[in-house]
Amino acid sequence: MGKEDSVHTSTPGLGDIEAIRADFPILRREVEGKPLIYFDNAATTQKPQVVIDALTEYYKHMNANVHRGVHLLSREATTAFEKARENIADFINTRSARELIFTRGCTEAINLVAATWGRANIKAGDEILISALEHHSNIVPWQMLCEQSGARLVVCPLHPDGSLNMQEFGRLLNVRTRLVAISHVSNTLGTINPVKEIIRMAHETEAKVLIDGAQALSHLAVDVQDLDCDFYTFSAHKIYGPMGIGGLYGKEKLLKQMPPYQGGGEMIENVTFEHTSYNEPPFKFEAGTPNVAGALAFSAAIDYVKHLGIANIAKREAELLHYATGALKNIPGVVIIGTAAQKASVISFLIDDIHPYDAGTIIDHFGIAVRTGTHCTQPLLDSLAIPGTIRASFAFYNTFTEIDHLIKAVNKVREMFL
Amino acid sequence: MKIEDRTQAIINEFSNFDDWMDKYNYLIELGKSLPLIDEQYKVENNLIPGCQSRVWLHAEFDGENVHFTADSDAVITKGIANLLIRTFSGQTPQEILSSSTEFLSEIGLTEHLSPTRSNGMLSMLKQIKMYALAFKAKQEMEKS
Repeated sequence: MGKEDSVHTSTPGLGDIEAIRADFPILRREVEGKPLIYFDNAATTQKPQVVIDALTEYYKHMNANVHRGVHLLSREATTAFEKARENIADFINTRSARELIFTRGCTEAINLVAATWGRANIKAGDEILISALEHHSNIVPWQMLCEQSGARLVVCPLHPDGSLNMQEFGRLLNVRTRLVAISHVSNTLGTINPVKEIIRMAHETEAKVLIDGAQALSHLAVDVQDLDCDFYTFSAHKIYGPMGIGGLYGKEKLLKQMPPYQGGGEMIENVTFEHTSYNEPPFKFEAGTPNVAGALAFSAAIDYVKHLGIANIAKREAELLHYATGALKNIPGVVIIGTAAQKASVISFLIDDIHPYDAGTIIDHFGIAVRTGTHCTQPLLDSLAIPGTIRASFAFYNTFTEIDHLIKAVNKVREMFL
Repeated sequence: MKIEDRTQAIINEFSNFDDWMDKYNYLIELGKSLPLIDEQYKVENNLIPGCQSRVWLHAEFDGENVHFTADSDAVITKGIANLLIRTFSGQTPQEILSSSTEFLSEIGLTEHLSPTRSNGMLSMLKQIKMYALAFKAKQEMEKS
């Protein structure tokens, strides 16, 4: 008996879940003759109709290049693009929209900081402090920067439950630490890191802090001024927006000091063959024609989330996580990887000694999309000495009944392999 | 037995299954019954890159035919390895090189043929053909 059958089909604050699901056309799809059960939201979230409409409406009615033409379409597109920037900046509470740079996604945002602030500020002998649970996107750019500069990459270990070892963090932080780069929420374990404390501690040693917010924005309220982070990075597609656009928040003072990223149109103030002077942030970092449709659709996704209320979303997702955790724990041989006290709606697990790939293949045939493997966190799984995990990650549109189907599939996997 | 005869036999076996679960139960059985690889060949060098599960493939050439052994830490992958070894092991390099791999889609394992699945089937096939190519070159060098 599923929870929805026994308790309720609506969550206070969010209202009727079926009505919300109707906003997402893809959730009507069938896979293997069964209704799609989408539990891979940490990889990418599905898109509500309003986001899809924002993309198509732009190309149907407004398409023009921004910041250049004096004609009506160009003016309209520019206004809409900058309004989108304001809306997204406001969502994470930047001081001004000038502190928000549009990028291709979270990965590019991190690479931008490594290539500009990093190259200008990181020298041989400096240290960059990351954590053991980072996504490859928050490891490799720093590794590359260390190779180029002679700096050292230092890794803060985890407790067995997947939470950061804050005592070790405090010990590893020192005067040589120039940058702390840590994710807000772990994509593999779901751990919510105590980023506010991390930022406070790092600032005491005058290190700058970049928070990788890829997994956080859709689950919890983010206020960059309250956090006081120096950089915050995110992707639209993980918060119901389109792929190919994301953002970098940076404190304006830092952005002004940073050298430009890529060269081209838009980022310049004045160009001669002898010398080029650069535009002000954010434009200094946005060479070339931007993804205008993407920005508008990203903004529409933010409106959608604001309309539902991030607190309501968090509450619903916590219920789903709690229900799934309990049900999975009841299955003999299932081990949950990542049991930190503060978790987002991500649940990684193993079934006895069945290889995650085997389990995932069978679960897929039940029409359930889970992710298997190392989730782009290979060093983390190496440190846990496991080949990978099966990961179910929930969004507010998931249901308790869907979780019941997952539980059935897991039981079937045990039957088939044990 | 020729490669086409072997693949036909596999196609016949799989045609008995009506649903995916029976097919996978059979693959699991095949995985569990894959002849053991000599432990000394389960080394880094024999690991096939790009698979979600680890797959080791070892090849030996007796001057005429190529002999394969394999192992994996995932059972379904082992089952697939078993099918590939049944098909290609004991064949000449030329036969392996000129054989078609269509039978894999015929038995309904197409989902494993997509490169994104990274389950090793495509990589295993590629590696098998690479070995055959290398042994063929060796054979020709020795002849000349």
